[in-house]
Amino acid sequence: MPAFNQSRQNVIKLIFLVAFIILAIRLLFLQLASTKYDLLALDNAVSKKIVYPDRGIIFDRKGRSILENTQTYDLMVMPTQLKGLDTAGICSILKIDIETFRERIIGAIIKNGRYRPSIFESSLSLEAFVQLQENIFRFEPGFFLQERPIRSYPFKAAAHILGYVGEVDSSILKKTNYYYQMGDYMGLSGLERFYEPILMGQRGVRYQIKDNKNRIVGSYENGLYDSLAIAGRNLRTSIDIDVQVLAERMLKNKLGAIVAIDPRSGGIIAMASGPTYDPNLLTGNQRKNNFSWMLRDTARPLFNRAIKGQYPPGSTVKPAGALIALDEGVITPAFGLGCSGAYFGCRRPIGCTHKTSGHAGNLRVALANSCNSYFSHLYRLAVDNPQLGGTVNGYLRWKQYMNSFGLGVRLGIDLPSEDKGLIVDTSFYNKLYNRSWSSCTNVFLGIGQGEMQATPLQMANMMCIIANKGFYYTPHFVQSIDGQLESDTVLNRYKQKHQVTNISNETFEIVQLGMQDVVEQGTGGVARIEGIAVAAKTGTAENYGMIYGKREKLKDHSWFVCFAPRENPTIAVAVIVENAGFGATWAGPMAALVMEKYLRDTLSAARWKEVERIENTEIILPIVKTKRNRLDSLRKEKMRKLQLKATANHPVKNNPGKKTAVVHYHLSAIKPDNEEQFI
Amino acid sequence: MKNNSFEISKGIDWIIVGIYLVLVVTGIASIFATTYRDENMISGFLSFKTDYSRQLLYFFISLVLAVFILLTDSKFFTATSNIFYAFGLILLILVFPFHTDVKGTKSIIRFSGFQLQPAELCKVFVNLALAKYLSSLDLNFKKLRSQLIAASLVLVPAILTIFQSETGLALVYFSFFLVMYREGLPSAILVIGFSLAVLVVMTLLIDENLLAIILTLAAIGFVYTAKRQIKRDRSVLVLIVSIWVVAVGIQRFAVPYFFNNVLKPYQVQRIYATVGKDFQVDTESMSEEDIKKMEDKKKAGNYNVKQSKIAIGSGGFWGKGLMKGTQTRYDFVPEQRTDFIFCTIGEGFGFAGSIVLLGLYLFMLFRIISMAERQRSAFSRTYAYGVASVFFFHIFINIGMTIGIIPVIGITLPFMSYGGTSLITFSVLLFILIRLDADRQMVIR
Repeated sequence: MPAFNQSRQNVIKLIFLVAFIILAIRLLFLQLASTKYDLLALDNAVSKKIVYPDRGIIFDRKGRSILENTQTYDLMVMPTQLKGLDTAGICSILKIDIETFRERIIGAIIKNGRYRPSIFESSLSLEAFVQLQENIFRFEPGFFLQERPIRSYPFKAAAHILGYVGEVDSSILKKTNYYYQMGDYMGLSGLERFYEPILMGQRGVRYQIKDNKNRIVGSYENGLYDSLAIAGRNLRTSIDIDVQVLAERMLKNKLGAIVAIDPRSGGIIAMASGPTYDPNLLTGNQRKNNFSWMLRDTARPLFNRAIKGQYPPGSTVKPAGALIALDEGVITPAFGLGCSGAYFGCRRPIGCTHKTSGHAGNLRVALANSCNSYFSHLYRLAVDNPQLGGTVNGYLRWKQYMNSFGLGVRLGIDLPSEDKGLIVDTSFYNKLYNRSWSSCTNVFLGIGQGEMQATPLQMANMMCIIANKGFYYTPHFVQSIDGQLESDTVLNRYKQKHQVTNISNETFEIVQLGMQDVVEQGTGGVARIEGIAVAAKTGTAENYGMIYGKREKLKDHSWFVCFAPRENPTIAVAVIVENAGFGATWAGPMAALVMEKYLRDTLSAARWKEVERIENTEIILPIVKTKRNRLDSLRKEKMRKLQLKATANHPVKNNPGKKTAVVHYHLSAIKPDNEEQFI
Repeated sequence: MKNNSFEISKGIDWIIVGIYLVLVVTGIASIFATTYRDENMISGFLSFKTDYSRQLLYFFISLVLAVFILLTDSKFFTATSNIFYAFGLILLILVFPFHTDVKGTKSIIRFSGFQLQPAELCKVFVNLALAKYLSSLDLNFKKLRSQLIAASLVLVPAILTIFQSETGLALVYFSFFLVMYREGLPSAILVIGFSLAVLVVMTLLIDENLLAIILTLAAIGFVYTAKRQIKRDRSVLVLIVSIWVVAVGIQRFAVPYFFNNVLKPYQVQRIYATVGKDFQVDTESMSEEDIKKMEDKKKAGNYNVKQSKIAIGSGGFWGKGLMKGTQTRYDFVPEQRTDFIFCTIGEGFGFAGSIVLLGLYLFMLFRIISMAERQRSAFSRTYAYGVASVFFFHIFINIGMTIGIIPVIGITLPFMSYGGTSLITFSVLLFILIRLDADRQMVIR
């Protein structure tokens, strides 16, 4: 056969060539033109696992950890591998219905996709964990357990100080310039928030290779891109957890605050705010639930009254008035005033509890008797000081003093969102009185009423100034950081001494003695401690509140400020109990117990009885209480319904035999705590 | 016959043998790269339990067969080609009663541990028989009768293969039309075949009404431009109109009919998936089991292609290095050592490696064509074209499948894919050619 078709070989070659060029072009687009497939391959095969460092631990002054880490477990779900799994079993263990189950799975798929694990239930309850751990083989590989460290509080105390951690939200992500990632936890309040950079440590990342079934088969590139998790550093605080627990006990069923500071260093020994809550409530899977209930509580347990409660200081401010007058030189300690039960220097008389003559014969006596006339006059003397030229300048000078004492300004404690109290500016009076005002207009400031508010922390700090004879260190909790670095400048400002007066030690002694007399002869007798010289000042602060839209005078706040031992003070305390009447009635005994516990490290049986008495007394305004009770019964009703629903949906047949008994044992082990926590 | 060792090596085209060895060794290395799992390498290679060692064994078998083929007189192949063809057909028919169900195919006979896929093997026999027929002295290939005989030589095994659920292997037989084209099949048939393919792809891509309008407009355009010829000769108009009728008929009725009644739903879906469309199957008439099967097949097909594209696409220019590809190492690509072996090259050696491999294949094809053209005997030439066509079809379809431009039909990549039948068949195909080529000065009948 002649080869007359020889030219056709070229056609065939052309067909081959064109086909191969098509393949090559396609390869070019696939391999070079887009990085999409690189990412997809990485996404397929490399799982980025974030290794969370342990957060730093917080210790009290005796080295006891008051904030630790414990493991909890999250139940993770892999949506693709749910086929043929015992969903009813999962539902019965977690006490959810099929609807919820479905919703969660759909949510997980929306959030992370089908092929990636998502959290099905975070921080499992002990009961659920025990059941799941025994039965997890039944639910694998669709479900598995994953460790997650959470915070735990062995003393169940210091909730307001320590704060809580929570998942970051999008606003934080933006604010921190995406240093955090979705799902990260960070300190949201308290020390957790303030020392977040130190406590959090450094996240580690581990890249692992997985196969087509999402099983980990090894590390990626031999760990070249991995980074180790660096644990957070520990904090050593000045807190005495025993004193703290005591303070919190006494504030039970009361609204108020107790602050105790070591005046020598400014280290805070205890800071309680009532009502408080068990910090363990804000960890684990019930966190959101508990948080929302506390947020709605009219007694505001989440509110740290020690640094955010702003109260008229009442008579507790009188020592400060004395210091200003002495420092300005408008009086000497020998200055006396005849008082017959009221101050008549201004148009309206100001009442005084004492009528006997000589109760304000000199500074010491006037302090001991808390003479309103005397301190009103002192205020006027200071403000109208001729050397300063005019009331306005005089007031400004007085305000400056107050601010340097830490009143009306933020002290700068190592907790976030401290409030600054209130010392108004002259512009306030100018506006209110059209520039025609005198020292008589605001003479009430001299006795801690009127346009003046202070936080318990500020009052405790005020006591430190008097105890130290004229200086203070900014109150703070953290004394040192484990493994402190050069770059940790956060603690430097707490080493700085603030000298606020130039009064001689002898003169100071007189103020201190006057306050000692308060305890030994005057209004503060309740604070007497055997063998320890206590210097104190009571306060009974008038206050007003809005009740059903009407401004009404409420029962006085009970204030007590003190320090001890008088000669060589090691503790200064401020106590306020809202609407509890005279300073000596409730605040005084509480302050005394705190001091005694701290100074003696122990309390006698009789004193414990006293603690119990205080603990069991409820001092809450009726209106707050009514609202609170209503909310409480609402919550109990809801809980009951939930429980009913859970048991109705899942009859007992799913947990037969002995396992049930085990679970019930665990249940009973954790129940009492939970009940107690809902005060 | 005096000096055997001398005669074996005489006239052998060592270049093609070299390419063959490179491809097979690359194939074994790729299989090793995808299936090696930290076992002891020496025992892994010697145990013949691992895939790479078994492929090595098949390679040795192929080499032994190759030596036998080279020792055979080239006249043997012409003499026995019809007998072999008959033997192949019998094997194909024997499959029906004796097949073992393996992964949904009905094309495999299993005996004493070995699996044989006659549909694969039969390519050799068909090629020999076709070459024999086309090279016969009294043949006039311009006659329709001889064209039909040649076509049926090819199509009978193809149809038998389709009945064994091996559409992919059946399609391979169509590559022999390239051989017929070389031997004088009117090019019109090739053009018509190509046009048909374009029309079918268009049918898939474009809405049927829109395509009908386009076709009509094109026909009107042709009529308009050719109005002078039409005035002279009415048959031109008839031709245009009849082409239009056939095209629209195919597009509106034949393709949908073919898709709905001939192809299996999963095949239709794979075809649609390749052009990036989702095909809605009319599920009303199907049993639940069939629907489930279809869904599974659809998912598997889409998943394969997706993962294979990721593997190749993530290779970049230089690739991740052999054994370093995360996609291919960790079983993301199913059927990877067999049909998707190209992924290993694509991921491990990137664009550069892929192009080198493509170049090697293309060089091999061109080399075979030039070998074909230097034959004195028509039998050898036709046989060589058959080899080239089969190789081309396999290479193009297989690689096209892994990079997602051709629907997934399970056919192997010559010399590289894992599988005894595949490797041995291709080796035999090639070495018969080498044997024939060694006697290129001879006229073999």
